[in-house]
Amino acid sequence: MRFFEYESRVVTAKVGIPVTRHGLAKTADEARRIAEQIGGPVVIKSQVLSGGRMKAGGVKFADTPDEAARHADQILDLEIGGHMPRGVLVDDRAPLRREYYAGVVWDGIRKLPVMLFSDMGGIDIEEVAQTHPDRVVRVHFSTLRPVSDWQAKQLITSLGISGSALNRLTPIVARLARLFLAYDMTLAEINPLGELQDGSFVALDAHMEMENEARRRQHALLHELGVGDEETRLAREPTAFELAGEQVDAQDHRGVAGNVTEFDGDLGLVIGAGGGSLTLFDAVRAHGGRPANYCEIGGNPSVRKACGLAKLVLEKPGVDKIAVMMSIVSNTRVDIVARGVIKACLELGYDPAEKIAIFRIPGAWEDEGFKILRRYGVQYADRTVSLHEAARRAVESIGQGPMRSSEAATADGAAA
Amino acid sequence: MSVEQVGPRAPADGLFIAVEVEEWAVRDRELAAKLAEVCPVDIYHAGARGIEVVREHLDECVLCELCLNAAPPGAIRVIKRYDGDAPLRA
Repeated sequence: MRFFEYESRVVTAKVGIPVTRHGLAKTADEARRIAEQIGGPVVIKSQVLSGGRMKAGGVKFADTPDEAARHADQILDLEIGGHMPRGVLVDDRAPLRREYYAGVVWDGIRKLPVMLFSDMGGIDIEEVAQTHPDRVVRVHFSTLRPVSDWQAKQLITSLGISGSALNRLTPIVARLARLFLAYDMTLAEINPLGELQDGSFVALDAHMEMENEARRRQHALLHELGVGDEETRLAREPTAFELAGEQVDAQDHRGVAGNVTEFDGDLGLVIGAGGGSLTLFDAVRAHGGRPANYCEIGGNPSVRKACGLAKLVLEKPGVDKIAVMMSIVSNTRVDIVARGVIKACLELGYDPAEKIAIFRIPGAWEDEGFKILRRYGVQYADRTVSLHEAARRAVESIGQGPMRSSEAATADGAAA
Repeated sequence: MSVEQVGPRAPADGLFIAVEVEEWAVRDRELAAKLAEVCPVDIYHAGARGIEVVREHLDECVLCELCLNAAPPGAIRVIKRYDGDAPLRA
């Protein structure tokens, strides 16, 4: 879940990282009062959960409180990326000597968090990494051992920074890394991290995202920030299709058949298994397929749930066929999923053999599952057919007619 | 929830699973209670007249055989309709 900038500032300050004087205003008058209290040039920033604020006119500079109020008035009515602002942040426009970047992100490949630091702050860090790769340094660190200042110091030193700047930057980067672990963040960045004329450092902007699953554990923090349980903080509002997917999953406690995301393709997906859904979604796209949805099925859902999910996908306008694919399953029964998807076809008046492009779920109770699939003439594949190949066959089934007879024979033969 | 009395002449059918209860066992309330207790997917209901089958739950049958173990031999037949009407336990 994403945090607004004003919330990220609270978290940043909470761990002892210096931040500029600022305040959240919901009206032009409030913005004027905050600017008066700051007593100098200020920046007015729209508080939306969307990027591109500057380009959209959501960030303006003001030299006087009256100017701050005028800008706030405009920005409060400005929609950015489909979002209306929650307010404006009125921020001290501190005179800077230099801008840096400090961030911590989760590295999904190494399965470790990584500290990032650059002496080219204030601009998009991905752009810096691309154009000036030598100006971004990084180091992975453990989620089990405490983060030491030494690790942060080594990182900053590797950019050639020394002396007073090094001593002042070190605790900021180390605290950011500790914050990342303590609050289950997936992203915590300060950009820019400004060096003031007196040589001190201050966070001028902060961006934080927290693991969704950590909401319960981080209840105290969320309560402190005023984030309600009802706030999903997703990139966009869920569609009616996605909400219907949530209802399918909520039908009973058994397994998962949901986490549906809507896309605009013609191939419906009923996919899952320990990362298998992501792999399969990508594989379908890699073969030129156009998924109608993403979803996750696993943990042995009931027939009713599997049926509900398959029906939802089959009924989505534009869906021609569904591909039912998972990695090799041990905690989901093949026969139960087979029953669910076939039942869905029949209840909607479809021939399962026509509507199911491919069924590729090997694993627990596959013999019973394959009996069911054979009974209804559904093309299926066992574990000798890779996820990638199954995805290719599904795409081919949609775009180029029925599966080649040699491949169908492989599927039948494999289960014989 | 639709429940129905079952017997050898009127098996309760799902799409994939059917259940038959012998006539001599249908009105056994003690057996009905036992079946309702052991079935993990609530296919059996202990009704006023004995064993009743919840039709909506039939296709949730996980083939665990707990009902067959709980009942006297031959009292119940669980039939896999997708497998040529093969009984769960021959």
